[in-house]
Amino acid sequence: MKRIALLGMPNTGKSTLFNRLTGARARVGNWPGVTVDLLSAKVLIGDQMVEIVDLPGIYDLGGHSEDERVVMRFLRNNRVEAALVMANASHLERQSALLAELLRLHIPLALVINMADEAARLGIRIDSERLAAQLGMPVCLISAKYGQGVEQLHALLRSVLGLNGALPRGTPMDTKTLDAAVQSSVSIPAQASHALTERIDGVLLHRWLGLPLFFAAMFLLFEAVFILGKPLQDAMTWGFTHLRSGLLDAALSSWPPLLRGLLLDGIYNGLATVAGFVPLIILFFLAMAVVEDTGYLSRAAFLMDALMSRFGLDGRSFVMVLMGFGCNVPALMGTRVMRSRGLRLLTMLIIPLSLCSARLQVFLFFIAALFSERSGPLVLFSLYMVSIAAALLTSMFFKRRFVNSEPFVLEMPPYRFPTMRHMLLRAWHEVNHFLRRATRFIVAGVVLVWILTTFPEHSAQSGAGSWASMIGDWLQPLLGPLGIDPRLTIALIFGLVAKEVVIGSLAVIYGQEGGALTSAIAHQINWIQAYSFMLFTLIYTPCLSTIATLRTEARSRSFTALAVLWPLGLAWLASFLFYQGARLMAA
Amino acid sequence: MTKLSSAAQPETQETTLDSFRADDRGTILAVDAEEALYHRLAALGLRVGKRVRLLRRAPFGGPLQISVGMTEIMLRTEEARCVRVARESGP
Repeated sequence: MKRIALLGMPNTGKSTLFNRLTGARARVGNWPGVTVDLLSAKVLIGDQMVEIVDLPGIYDLGGHSEDERVVMRFLRNNRVEAALVMANASHLERQSALLAELLRLHIPLALVINMADEAARLGIRIDSERLAAQLGMPVCLISAKYGQGVEQLHALLRSVLGLNGALPRGTPMDTKTLDAAVQSSVSIPAQASHALTERIDGVLLHRWLGLPLFFAAMFLLFEAVFILGKPLQDAMTWGFTHLRSGLLDAALSSWPPLLRGLLLDGIYNGLATVAGFVPLIILFFLAMAVVEDTGYLSRAAFLMDALMSRFGLDGRSFVMVLMGFGCNVPALMGTRVMRSRGLRLLTMLIIPLSLCSARLQVFLFFIAALFSERSGPLVLFSLYMVSIAAALLTSMFFKRRFVNSEPFVLEMPPYRFPTMRHMLLRAWHEVNHFLRRATRFIVAGVVLVWILTTFPEHSAQSGAGSWASMIGDWLQPLLGPLGIDPRLTIALIFGLVAKEVVIGSLAVIYGQEGGALTSAIAHQINWIQAYSFMLFTLIYTPCLSTIATLRTEARSRSFTALAVLWPLGLAWLASFLFYQGARLMAA
Repeated sequence: MTKLSSAAQPETQETTLDSFRADDRGTILAVDAEEALYHRLAALGLRVGKRVRLLRRAPFGGPLQISVGMTEIMLRTEEARCVRVARESGP
C-alpha cells in the first residue's frame, strides 16, 4: 500500500490536518524501527487505498530529542510515496532550516502551509506558486482547521499517487538559497502582531491575577468533568448491574456454578469496570482539548513552572496531577503532551498518588463510620495533604533518575478557538486507545481476583477458606503492625481491581450492608486503625485500570513494576509510622 | 526585517537575555548554548541579528515570555542566560 507521512514542527496543526484527512478511522500502531506508537489511517484517495501516518512534531533532524530520532528512524525504515511537510504560515522564515534538512534525505516532499486564515488576518501574503517554482516542490496553502485548500491538497495527492504522476524527490538546497526563496515569496507587514493574544495574556498571565485565575479555571474544569462524568459513570454501572440481574443471572441459572461465576463475576464484571471509565475519559479529553487547543496549556506551564521546576517537573505536570484527583487513568494518558520521556515518566509516577474520586468514596464511608461530624472534614483534608506530600516526596526522590532531557523552551501559540470536530475526534481516539489496550489486562485482573476469592473452597459469605483469606492471614505479620486485620486485608486485595469495590467487598466479608455494615466496622476497629487503613488505601498500588494504563503508556515493564512497588512500600511506611506513633501517643 | 547594527547604535548595552525586564527590546548578538539547546532556540527563531522583546516574567522567578518575529516563546532564566543581546535603552 502507498504511504504518506505527515511531518513538521510542533504547533503547525499536523494532527488537525491528519484528522481532517482521515476522520475517525485512525489507529495507533507499531512501525519498524520505531519504539513509540504512531497514529495512522487508511484513506481512499482517488481510487487507491493509501495509508497516512502522523509523525511526531520535530524542530530539526539533529536527533537531540526522542521525537527527532523517531522521525529519522521511521523515514529510514519505512518507504513513503510522499512526505507532507507542514509549516505554519506565520512562521515560514524560521521553518526553512527543517525543510533544508528534509531535502537532504532525498524523499518526495510537498510543502503544506497551514493556518493560511490566521496569516491572512495578520496581513501576511504568501505567493505559493512562486515558492513552489523556487523550491522545486508542490506547495499547498491550507487551513486544516476550517478546511480551506484541503480539496486542492487532495487533488495534489491524487495526481501524485496516480499512475503517471510522481512527486519529485527533494534535491538538496543550502539554507541560504532556501531562506532567500522563502523571503522573496512571503511578505510580512512590519507591524503584524497578535494584538488580541497580547491583551488576553495581560490578564491571564498577570503578576497577581494569573495564578488565582489559573486555579479558578482548573477548579471549574475539574468540577465540570466530574459533575457531568459521575452520573454518566453511575448510569453505566447501573446499566451493567441491571443487565446482569435482569437478564444474565436468569439466562445462565442452569449453567454450572463455577462457569457462571467465571463468566459473570470474572469476565462480565471486568468488562463493566472498563466501561465505567469511558464517560470520564471522553469528558476529560474534551476538557483537555479545550485547554490545549485554545493555547492555555502552555500558559499554565508558564505560571506553575517556578514551583514545579524545583521538583524536577514542569507546569504541565501540575495540570495532569490535578486532573488525577478526578481519575488517574485519563490523567496518565494526558501526559502524552510532554515530549521528554524523563519528565513524562516522573509525572506518570506521581499521578497515581492523587486522591481520585474512587478512593474518596472509601474515605467518606470510613470517616462517617469512625469520626465525628466535626473532625470528619479535617480528616479528609489531611488525606488530601498526604496525597500531595506523597507526590512531591516521590518526585524529589526520583527527579535524578527521570531527568527532564529537553530544554524548557516552549512556543506559546496565539489564543485560538477549538473546533468541536477536532475535540470529539480526539476524545474518540483516546477512548478507542484505552479500550483496545486496557480491556484484556483489566478483565484478566478481575478474573484473577475472582479465582483468589473462590478457590479452593467457595464460600459466598466472608470469603473464608479462599486463597484470598489465606493470603490475608499470611500477610498478618506484615500488615498487623499497621492495624490492618485479615478482613481489611481482603478488602485491600479487592481494592487492587478498583477502589470502588472496597466497600462492596467489606459488605460481603462482614455479611452486612448499609448502616449495619457501618456500625459493625465501628465496633471492630478503632479510629487509629481506620486512619491507618485509609492511609494505606490512599497510597498503595493504584487500581488495575491505572496499572494497565501505566503499562501501555510507558511501554516498560520495569517502570510499571516501579510504579506499583514504590507506592506499596511508601504506603506501608506511612501507615506503620502513623499507627505505631499514634498508639504510643494514645498509650 | 529592519537591519540593525548594534555597533552603530550608541544607546545599546550588551547583556544577556535573562537580565531583561518587561518591555525591554534588543538584538541578538550570539547564542552560547550547547548543541541541542542552540538548535531548539534557532528553530523557534532566536538567531543572531533578530530582534527580541521581553513580554513578561512569571511570578516567583519563573520563566520569561519573549517575542521574536511572529513567535512567542517561554524559556527559563538559565536558558535565557545563553542568549547575548544588545539592549536598547529608552522606550
